[in-house]
Amino acid sequence: MSGFDKVVGSYEEAMAGLEDNMTVIAGGFGLCGIPENLIKEIRRKGTRGLTMVSNNCGTDEFGLGILLKDKQIRKMVASYVGENALFEAQMMSGELEVELTPQGTLAEKMRAGGAGIPAFYTATGYGTPVGEGKEVREFDGRHYILEESVQGDFSIAKAWKADRYGNLMFRKTARNFNPMAVTAGRVAVVEVEEIVEVGALDPDEIHLPGIYVHRLIQGTFEKNIEQRTVRNA
Amino acid sequence: MALTREQLAQRVAQEFQDGFYINLGIGIPTLAANYIPDGVEVMLQSENGLLGMGPFPLDEEVDPDLINAGKQTVTMARGASLFSSSDSFAMIRGGHVDLTVLGAFEVDCQGNIASYMIPGKLIKGMGGAMDLVAGADNIIVTMTHASKHGDSKLLSECTLPLTGKGCIKRVLTDLALLDIEDGRFILRERAPGVSVEEIVSLTAGELVVPEEVPEMAFQ
Repeated sequence: MSGFDKVVGSYEEAMAGLEDNMTVIAGGFGLCGIPENLIKEIRRKGTRGLTMVSNNCGTDEFGLGILLKDKQIRKMVASYVGENALFEAQMMSGELEVELTPQGTLAEKMRAGGAGIPAFYTATGYGTPVGEGKEVREFDGRHYILEESVQGDFSIAKAWKADRYGNLMFRKTARNFNPMAVTAGRVAVVEVEEIVEVGALDPDEIHLPGIYVHRLIQGTFEKNIEQRTVRNA
Repeated sequence: MALTREQLAQRVAQEFQDGFYINLGIGIPTLAANYIPDGVEVMLQSENGLLGMGPFPLDEEVDPDLINAGKQTVTMARGASLFSSSDSFAMIRGGHVDLTVLGAFEVDCQGNIASYMIPGKLIKGMGGAMDLVAGADNIIVTMTHASKHGDSKLLSECTLPLTGKGCIKRVLTDLALLDIEDGRFILRERAPGVSVEEIVSLTAGELVVPEEVPEMAFQ
Protein backbone atom coordinates (compact mmCIF):
# COMPACT_ATOMS: atom_id res chain seq x y z
CA MET A 1 0.00 0.00 0.00
CA SER A 2 1.29 3.45 -0.96
CA GLY A 3 2.05 6.10 1.63
CA PHE A 4 -0.31 8.30 -0.33
CA ASP A 5 -3.23 5.94 0.13
CA LYS A 6 -5.67 7.77 2.45
CA VAL A 7 -8.38 5.14 2.65
CA VAL A 8 -9.32 3.93 6.15
CA GLY A 9 -11.31 0.83 6.92
CA SER A 10 -14.06 2.09 9.23
CA TYR A 11 -15.79 5.19 10.53
CA GLU A 12 -14.30 4.45 13.95
CA GLU A 13 -10.84 4.61 12.42
CA ALA A 14 -11.79 7.73 10.47
CA MET A 15 -12.54 9.68 13.64
CA ALA A 16 -9.90 8.08 15.87
CA GLY A 17 -8.10 10.63 18.02
CA LEU A 18 -11.03 13.03 18.32
CA GLU A 19 -11.14 14.08 21.95
CA ASP A 20 -13.31 16.19 24.21
CA ASN A 21 -13.01 19.99 23.83
CA MET A 22 -11.47 19.87 20.37
CA THR A 23 -12.38 22.18 17.49
CA VAL A 24 -13.98 20.54 14.46
CA ILE A 25 -14.60 22.29 11.14
CA ALA A 26 -17.41 20.80 9.10
CA GLY A 27 -18.34 21.26 5.44
CA GLY A 28 -21.90 21.48 4.16
CA PHE A 29 -24.58 24.09 3.61
CA GLY A 30 -27.87 23.36 5.33
CA LEU A 31 -28.19 19.60 4.84
CA CYS A 32 -26.53 19.72 1.43
CA GLY A 33 -23.13 18.09 1.16
CA ILE A 34 -22.79 17.38 4.86
CA PRO A 35 -20.53 14.61 6.15
CA GLU A 36 -23.55 12.84 7.60
CA ASN A 37 -21.86 9.58 8.56
CA LEU A 38 -18.86 11.27 10.18
CA ILE A 39 -21.30 13.31 12.26
CA LYS A 40 -23.10 10.11 13.25
CA GLU A 41 -19.75 8.66 14.30
CA ILE A 42 -19.10 11.67 16.56
CA ARG A 43 -22.54 11.09 18.06
CA ARG A 44 -21.73 7.40 18.62
CA LYS A 45 -18.34 8.23 20.15
CA GLY A 46 -19.99 10.67 22.56
CA THR A 47 -17.20 13.24 22.31
CA ARG A 48 -18.18 16.35 24.29
CA GLY A 49 -17.30 20.00 24.73
CA LEU A 50 -16.73 20.43 21.01
CA THR A 51 -16.35 23.72 19.23
CA MET A 52 -18.03 23.21 15.86
CA VAL A 53 -17.31 25.53 12.98
CA SER A 54 -19.88 25.12 10.21
CA ASN A 55 -22.23 27.36 8.26
CA ASN A 56 -25.31 25.78 9.87
CA CYS A 57 -26.07 23.34 12.66
CA GLY A 58 -28.33 20.89 10.86
CA THR A 59 -31.92 20.24 11.88
CA ASP A 60 -33.20 18.63 15.06
CA GLU A 61 -33.11 15.20 13.40
CA PHE A 62 -30.23 15.37 10.93
CA GLY A 63 -26.74 16.71 10.44
CA LEU A 64 -24.90 18.49 13.25
CA GLY A 65 -28.23 18.95 15.06
CA ILE A 66 -28.00 15.37 16.32
CA LEU A 67 -24.97 16.37 18.42
CA LEU A 68 -27.12 18.81 20.39
CA LYS A 69 -29.27 16.10 21.99
CA ASP A 70 -26.57 15.07 24.45
CA LYS A 71 -25.04 18.52 24.48
CA GLN A 72 -21.86 17.42 22.71
CA ILE A 73 -21.37 20.91 21.26
CA ARG A 74 -20.16 23.62 23.65
CA LYS A 75 -19.64 26.34 21.09
CA MET A 76 -20.97 26.85 17.59
CA VAL A 77 -19.43 29.15 15.01
CA ALA A 78 -21.99 29.56 12.20
CA SER A 79 -23.69 32.11 9.95
CA TYR A 80 -27.26 30.88 10.17
CA VAL A 81 -28.90 28.65 12.75
CA GLY A 82 -32.57 29.15 12.02
CA GLU A 83 -33.64 25.57 11.30
CA ASN A 84 -33.19 24.08 14.71
CA ALA A 85 -35.46 24.38 17.76
CA LEU A 86 -33.11 22.55 20.12
CA PHE A 87 -30.32 24.87 19.07
CA GLU A 88 -32.38 27.91 19.93
CA ALA A 89 -33.34 26.49 23.31
CA GLN A 90 -29.73 25.69 24.28
CA MET A 91 -28.55 29.06 23.03
CA MET A 92 -31.21 30.97 24.97
CA SER A 93 -30.43 29.05 28.17
CA GLY A 94 -26.72 29.81 27.77
CA GLU A 95 -25.65 26.14 27.57
CA LEU A 96 -24.48 26.65 24.02
CA GLU A 97 -22.13 29.47 23.12
CA VAL A 98 -22.76 30.89 19.64
CA GLU A 99 -20.48 33.04 17.53
CA LEU A 100 -22.49 34.31 14.59
CA THR A 101 -20.13 34.86 11.68
CA PRO A 102 -21.04 36.23 8.25
CA GLN A 103 -21.13 33.46 5.66
CA GLY A 104 -18.43 34.90 3.40
CA THR A 105 -16.21 35.68 6.37
CA LEU A 106 -16.66 32.12 7.61
CA ALA A 107 -15.69 30.70 4.22
CA GLU A 108 -12.65 32.96 4.08
CA LYS A 109 -11.65 32.11 7.67
CA MET A 110 -11.49 28.46 6.63
CA ARG A 111 -9.72 29.21 3.35
CA ALA A 112 -7.14 31.41 5.08
CA GLY A 113 -6.73 28.87 7.88
CA GLY A 114 -5.80 26.24 5.35
CA ALA A 115 -3.59 28.60 3.38
CA GLY A 116 -1.37 29.73 6.26
CA ILE A 117 -2.85 33.22 6.50
CA PRO A 118 -3.54 34.09 10.16
CA ALA A 119 -5.94 36.97 9.54
CA PHE A 120 -7.39 39.18 6.81
CA TYR A 121 -9.21 42.48 6.43
CA THR A 122 -12.79 42.57 5.18
CA ALA A 123 -15.43 45.28 4.92
CA THR A 124 -18.07 42.73 5.92
CA GLY A 125 -19.38 43.46 9.40
CA TYR A 126 -17.77 46.87 9.83
CA GLY A 127 -19.99 49.06 12.03
CA THR A 128 -22.11 46.05 13.10
CA PRO A 129 -22.01 43.78 16.18
CA VAL A 130 -19.64 41.49 14.23
CA GLY A 131 -17.03 44.24 14.10
CA GLU A 132 -17.15 45.06 17.82
CA GLY A 133 -13.74 44.77 19.47
CA LYS A 134 -11.97 44.05 16.19
CA GLU A 135 -9.15 46.08 14.70
CA VAL A 136 -10.33 48.56 12.05
CA ARG A 137 -8.18 49.86 9.22
CA GLU A 138 -8.92 52.21 6.41
CA PHE A 139 -7.81 51.39 2.89
CA ASP A 140 -8.59 53.86 0.10
CA GLY A 141 -11.26 55.57 2.19
CA ARG A 142 -13.15 52.41 3.19
CA HIS A 143 -13.24 50.73 6.59
CA TYR A 144 -12.28 47.11 7.06
CA ILE A 145 -12.14 44.87 10.12
CA LEU A 146 -9.49 42.30 10.92
CA GLU A 147 -10.83 38.76 11.01
CA GLU A 148 -8.71 35.86 12.25
CA SER A 149 -8.59 32.66 10.28
CA VAL A 150 -9.65 29.32 11.75
CA GLN A 151 -8.07 25.90 11.96
CA GLY A 152 -9.54 22.74 13.37
CA ASP A 153 -8.05 19.86 15.32
CA PHE A 154 -10.19 17.91 12.89
CA SER A 155 -12.13 18.78 9.80
CA ILE A 156 -14.92 16.63 8.43
CA ALA A 157 -16.16 16.96 4.88
CA LYS A 158 -18.14 15.24 2.14
CA ALA A 159 -17.10 14.95 -1.49
CA TRP A 160 -18.61 13.08 -4.41
CA LYS A 161 -15.71 11.06 -5.79
CA ALA A 162 -12.14 10.49 -4.75
CA ASP A 163 -9.22 8.38 -5.81
CA ARG A 164 -7.32 6.46 -3.13
CA TYR A 165 -4.81 9.33 -2.85
CA GLY A 166 -7.61 11.62 -1.66
CA ASN A 167 -7.89 13.72 -4.81
CA LEU A 168 -11.45 15.02 -4.60
CA MET A 169 -14.33 15.93 -6.87
CA PHE A 170 -17.46 17.56 -5.54
CA ARG A 171 -20.93 17.52 -7.06
CA LYS A 172 -23.09 20.59 -7.80
CA THR A 173 -23.84 22.80 -4.79
CA ALA A 174 -22.76 20.05 -2.41
CA ARG A 175 -19.30 21.57 -2.85
CA ASN A 176 -20.14 24.69 -0.75
CA PHE A 177 -17.84 24.87 2.32
CA ASN A 178 -16.32 21.43 1.86
CA PRO A 179 -13.05 22.26 0.04
CA MET A 180 -12.05 24.98 2.52
CA ALA A 181 -13.11 22.90 5.51
CA VAL A 182 -10.78 20.12 4.36
CA THR A 183 -7.79 22.43 4.03
CA ALA A 184 -8.30 23.93 7.50
CA GLY A 185 -8.18 20.66 9.47
CA ARG A 186 -5.00 19.36 11.12
CA VAL A 187 -6.62 15.98 10.64
CA ALA A 188 -8.83 16.22 7.57
CA VAL A 189 -11.35 13.41 7.22
CA VAL A 190 -13.39 13.11 4.03
CA GLU A 191 -16.23 10.76 3.20
CA VAL A 192 -17.26 10.18 -0.41
CA GLU A 193 -19.83 8.31 -2.46
CA GLU A 194 -17.25 6.52 -4.54
CA ILE A 195 -13.54 5.76 -4.31
CA VAL A 196 -11.83 4.98 -7.60
CA GLU A 197 -8.35 3.73 -8.40
CA VAL A 198 -5.49 6.18 -8.69
CA GLY A 199 -5.26 7.45 -12.26
CA ALA A 200 -8.97 7.07 -12.95
CA LEU A 201 -9.69 10.78 -12.37
CA ASP A 202 -8.62 13.33 -14.96
CA PRO A 203 -6.09 15.57 -13.11
CA ASP A 204 -7.69 18.62 -14.76
CA GLU A 205 -11.02 17.80 -13.16
CA ILE A 206 -9.85 17.36 -9.58
CA HIS A 207 -11.38 20.12 -7.41
CA LEU A 208 -9.12 19.59 -4.39
CA PRO A 209 -5.78 17.77 -4.41
CA GLY A 210 -5.21 14.91 -2.00
CA ILE A 211 -2.37 16.73 -0.21
CA TYR A 212 -5.02 18.25 2.10
CA VAL A 213 -6.72 14.95 2.89
CA HIS A 214 -5.53 12.64 5.70
CA ARG A 215 -8.26 10.05 5.93
CA LEU A 216 -10.75 8.92 3.32
CA ILE A 217 -13.75 6.63 3.56
CA GLN A 218 -16.57 5.58 1.25
CA GLY A 219 -20.07 5.75 2.68
CA THR A 220 -23.72 5.61 1.78
CA PHE A 221 -25.75 8.78 2.17
CA GLU A 222 -29.35 9.62 3.00
CA LYS A 223 -29.04 13.14 1.54
CA ASN A 224 -32.05 14.58 3.32
CA ILE A 225 -33.65 17.61 1.68
CA GLU A 226 -34.56 20.57 3.85
CA GLN A 227 -36.90 22.44 1.48
CA ARG A 228 -38.17 20.23 -1.29
CA THR A 229 -39.52 22.81 -3.75
CA VAL A 230 -40.89 21.77 -7.16
CA ARG A 231 -42.74 23.37 -10.05
CA ASN A 232 -45.67 21.81 -11.88
CA ALA A 233 -45.11 20.29 -15.29
CA MET B 1 -53.15 50.85 -2.29
CA ALA B 2 -50.01 49.33 -0.87
CA LEU B 3 -48.18 47.08 -3.32
CA THR B 4 -48.77 43.34 -3.11
CA ARG B 5 -45.81 40.98 -2.83
CA GLU B 6 -46.15 40.27 -6.54
CA GLN B 7 -46.13 43.98 -7.42
CA LEU B 8 -43.04 44.53 -5.26
CA ALA B 9 -41.36 41.70 -7.13
CA GLN B 10 -42.47 43.18 -10.47
CA ARG B 11 -41.10 46.61 -9.59
CA VAL B 12 -37.78 45.08 -8.52
CA ALA B 13 -37.55 43.21 -11.81
CA GLN B 14 -37.94 46.50 -13.71
CA GLU B 15 -34.42 47.30 -12.46
CA PHE B 16 -32.95 44.23 -14.15
CA GLN B 17 -30.71 44.99 -17.11
CA ASP B 18 -29.55 42.67 -19.86
CA GLY B 19 -26.31 40.98 -18.82
CA PHE B 20 -26.70 41.58 -15.09
CA TYR B 21 -25.39 39.09 -12.52
CA ILE B 22 -27.92 39.32 -9.68
CA ASN B 23 -28.18 37.98 -6.14
CA LEU B 24 -31.76 37.76 -4.88
CA GLY B 25 -32.42 37.34 -1.16
CA ILE B 26 -35.03 35.03 0.34
CA GLY B 27 -38.72 36.05 0.04
CA ILE B 28 -39.93 38.88 -2.18
CA PRO B 29 -36.52 39.34 -3.88
CA THR B 30 -36.63 35.70 -5.04
CA LEU B 31 -40.12 36.26 -6.52
CA ALA B 32 -38.64 38.93 -8.80
CA ALA B 33 -37.14 36.11 -10.87
CA ASN B 34 -40.70 35.45 -12.14
CA TYR B 35 -40.92 38.91 -13.73
CA ILE B 36 -37.70 39.24 -15.72
CA PRO B 37 -38.55 41.72 -18.52
CA ASP B 38 -38.77 40.48 -22.13
CA GLY B 39 -35.47 40.67 -23.98
CA VAL B 40 -33.47 40.86 -20.75
CA GLU B 41 -31.15 38.03 -19.86
CA VAL B 42 -29.87 37.87 -16.28
CA MET B 43 -27.79 35.33 -14.40
CA LEU B 44 -28.88 34.62 -10.83
CA GLN B 45 -26.20 34.02 -8.21
CA SER B 46 -26.88 31.75 -5.25
CA GLU B 47 -24.27 32.39 -2.59
CA ASN B 48 -23.83 28.76 -1.57
CA GLY B 49 -22.02 28.28 -4.90
CA LEU B 50 -24.09 28.54 -8.08
CA LEU B 51 -24.16 31.15 -10.82
CA GLY B 52 -26.98 30.64 -13.29
CA MET B 53 -29.85 29.43 -11.15
CA GLY B 54 -32.82 27.98 -13.02
CA PRO B 55 -36.44 27.45 -11.97
CA PHE B 56 -37.55 24.99 -9.31
CA PRO B 57 -37.24 21.40 -10.54
CA LEU B 58 -39.99 19.14 -11.76
CA ASP B 59 -40.71 16.40 -9.26
CA GLU B 60 -38.52 13.90 -11.11
CA GLU B 61 -35.65 16.40 -11.44
CA VAL B 62 -35.19 17.01 -7.69
CA ASP B 63 -31.53 16.64 -6.73
CA PRO B 64 -30.47 16.93 -3.07
CA ASP B 65 -27.04 18.12 -4.25
CA LEU B 66 -28.54 21.14 -5.99
CA ILE B 67 -30.10 23.78 -3.73
CA ASN B 68 -30.25 27.56 -3.49
CA ALA B 69 -29.23 29.81 -0.61
CA GLY B 70 -32.68 29.37 0.91
CA LYS B 71 -32.03 25.60 0.93
CA GLN B 72 -34.74 24.99 -1.68
CA THR B 73 -34.17 22.51 -4.47
CA VAL B 74 -33.43 24.30 -7.76
CA THR B 75 -32.15 23.66 -11.27
CA MET B 76 -29.32 25.16 -13.29
CA ALA B 77 -29.85 27.51 -16.21
CA ARG B 78 -27.98 27.18 -19.49
CA GLY B 79 -24.47 28.58 -18.96
CA ALA B 80 -24.47 27.91 -15.22
CA SER B 81 -21.31 27.34 -13.21
CA LEU B 82 -20.60 25.79 -9.82
CA PHE B 83 -17.98 26.75 -7.24
CA SER B 84 -17.14 26.77 -3.55
CA SER B 85 -18.60 29.20 -1.02
CA SER B 86 -15.26 31.02 -0.76
CA ASP B 87 -15.25 31.61 -4.53
CA SER B 88 -18.86 32.69 -4.26
CA PHE B 89 -18.08 35.33 -1.67
CA ALA B 90 -15.02 36.44 -3.60
CA MET B 91 -17.50 37.37 -6.35
CA ILE B 92 -19.71 39.16 -3.85
CA ARG B 93 -17.02 40.92 -1.80
CA GLY B 94 -15.02 41.70 -4.90
CA GLY B 95 -17.91 43.72 -6.31
CA HIS B 96 -18.51 41.48 -9.33
CA VAL B 97 -22.27 41.09 -8.75
CA ASP B 98 -24.23 43.83 -10.56
CA LEU B 99 -27.31 43.94 -8.36
CA THR B 100 -28.24 42.66 -4.91
CA VAL B 101 -31.82 42.62 -3.65
CA LEU B 102 -32.62 41.77 -0.06
CA GLY B 103 -35.17 42.36 2.69
CA ALA B 104 -34.78 44.31 5.93
CA PHE B 105 -36.46 45.11 9.25
CA GLU B 106 -35.26 48.73 9.23
CA VAL B 107 -33.21 51.13 7.14
CA ASP B 108 -32.21 54.66 8.00
CA CYS B 109 -31.35 57.79 6.06
CA GLN B 110 -27.63 57.25 6.74
CA GLY B 111 -27.84 54.16 4.52
CA ASN B 112 -27.66 51.75 7.45
CA ILE B 113 -29.59 48.48 7.32
CA ALA B 114 -30.81 46.15 10.08
CA SER B 115 -32.04 42.80 8.83
CA TYR B 116 -30.71 39.90 10.82
CA MET B 117 -31.49 40.09 14.49
CA ILE B 118 -34.17 41.18 16.95
CA PRO B 119 -32.47 40.85 20.34
CA GLY B 120 -34.33 38.47 22.64
CA LYS B 121 -36.71 37.41 19.86
CA LEU B 122 -35.05 36.36 16.64
CA ILE B 123 -31.42 35.29 16.61
CA LYS B 124 -31.02 33.14 13.56
CA GLY B 125 -27.97 34.78 12.08
CA MET B 126 -27.00 36.91 9.14
CA GLY B 127 -26.14 34.21 6.62
CA GLY B 128 -24.62 35.99 3.64
CA ALA B 129 -26.44 39.32 4.14
CA MET B 130 -23.53 41.18 5.76
CA ASP B 131 -21.16 40.17 2.95
CA LEU B 132 -23.74 41.08 0.32
CA VAL B 133 -24.41 44.59 1.63
CA ALA B 134 -20.68 45.23 2.19
CA GLY B 135 -19.68 43.98 -1.24
CA ALA B 136 -22.31 45.38 -3.57
CA ASP B 137 -22.57 48.90 -4.89
CA ASN B 138 -26.02 48.47 -6.37
CA ILE B 139 -28.43 47.25 -3.69
CA ILE B 140 -32.21 47.40 -3.51
CA VAL B 141 -33.81 46.78 -0.14
CA THR B 142 -37.40 45.53 -0.26
CA MET B 143 -39.53 45.90 2.85
CA THR B 144 -42.83 47.14 4.23
CA HIS B 145 -42.81 50.87 4.86
CA ALA B 146 -44.27 50.61 8.35
CA SER B 147 -45.29 47.98 10.87
CA LYS B 148 -48.87 46.75 11.29
CA HIS B 149 -49.18 49.33 14.07
CA GLY B 150 -48.11 52.16 11.77
CA ASP B 151 -44.56 52.49 13.11
CA SER B 152 -42.18 53.62 10.38
CA LYS B 153 -39.33 51.31 9.39
CA LEU B 154 -37.59 54.11 7.48
CA LEU B 155 -35.83 55.80 10.35
CA SER B 156 -33.38 58.56 11.13
CA GLU B 157 -31.33 55.90 12.93
CA CYS B 158 -31.82 52.13 13.02
CA THR B 159 -32.74 50.76 16.44
CA LEU B 160 -31.85 47.09 15.77
CA PRO B 161 -28.32 45.65 15.40
CA LEU B 162 -26.93 46.63 12.00
CA THR B 163 -26.27 44.31 9.09
CA GLY B 164 -24.30 47.02 7.30
CA LYS B 165 -23.31 50.62 7.74
CA GLY B 166 -23.77 53.35 5.15
CA CYS B 167 -24.27 50.90 2.29
CA ILE B 168 -27.92 51.30 1.19
CA LYS B 169 -28.85 53.78 -1.53
CA ARG B 170 -32.24 52.50 -2.73
CA VAL B 171 -35.30 51.21 -0.89
CA LEU B 172 -38.50 49.79 -2.35
CA THR B 173 -41.38 49.58 0.10
CA ASP B 174 -45.00 48.62 -0.35
CA LEU B 175 -45.74 52.36 -0.58
CA ALA B 176 -42.81 53.96 -2.36
CA LEU B 177 -39.45 53.81 -4.09
CA LEU B 178 -36.87 55.97 -2.35
CA ASP B 179 -33.20 56.81 -2.79
CA ILE B 180 -30.86 57.67 0.05
CA GLU B 181 -28.54 60.60 -0.60
CA ASP B 182 -26.58 62.83 1.78
CA GLY B 183 -28.33 61.55 4.88
CA ARG B 184 -31.88 61.95 3.54
CA PHE B 185 -34.53 59.81 1.91
CA ILE B 186 -35.67 61.10 -1.47
CA LEU B 187 -39.10 60.06 -2.68
CA ARG B 188 -38.82 58.85 -6.28
CA GLU B 189 -42.05 56.96 -6.95
CA ARG B 190 -45.21 56.12 -5.09
CA ALA B 191 -47.40 53.03 -5.26
CA PRO B 192 -50.54 53.50 -7.38
CA GLY B 193 -53.19 55.30 -5.35
CA VAL B 194 -50.91 56.09 -2.40
CA SER B 195 -50.66 59.78 -1.56
CA VAL B 196 -47.46 61.68 -0.86
CA GLU B 197 -49.01 62.70 2.48
CA GLU B 198 -49.40 59.07 3.56
CA ILE B 199 -45.78 58.33 2.68
CA VAL B 200 -44.60 61.45 4.53
CA SER B 201 -46.58 60.49 7.62
CA LEU B 202 -45.09 56.97 7.67
CA THR B 203 -41.46 57.99 7.07
CA ALA B 204 -39.63 58.81 10.31
CA GLY B 205 -36.27 59.71 8.76
CA GLU B 206 -35.76 63.00 6.94
CA LEU B 207 -37.58 62.86 3.61
CA VAL B 208 -37.21 65.05 0.56
CA VAL B 209 -40.30 65.21 -1.67
CA PRO B 210 -39.51 66.42 -5.20
CA GLU B 211 -42.12 68.42 -7.08
CA GLU B 212 -43.03 65.46 -9.26
CA VAL B 213 -43.50 62.03 -7.66
CA PRO B 214 -44.81 59.70 -10.37
CA GLU B 215 -46.88 56.62 -9.65
CA MET B 216 -45.22 53.30 -10.33
CA ALA B 217 -46.27 51.76 -13.61
CA PHE B 218 -47.20 48.10 -13.90
CA GLN B 219 -48.14 46.11 -16.96
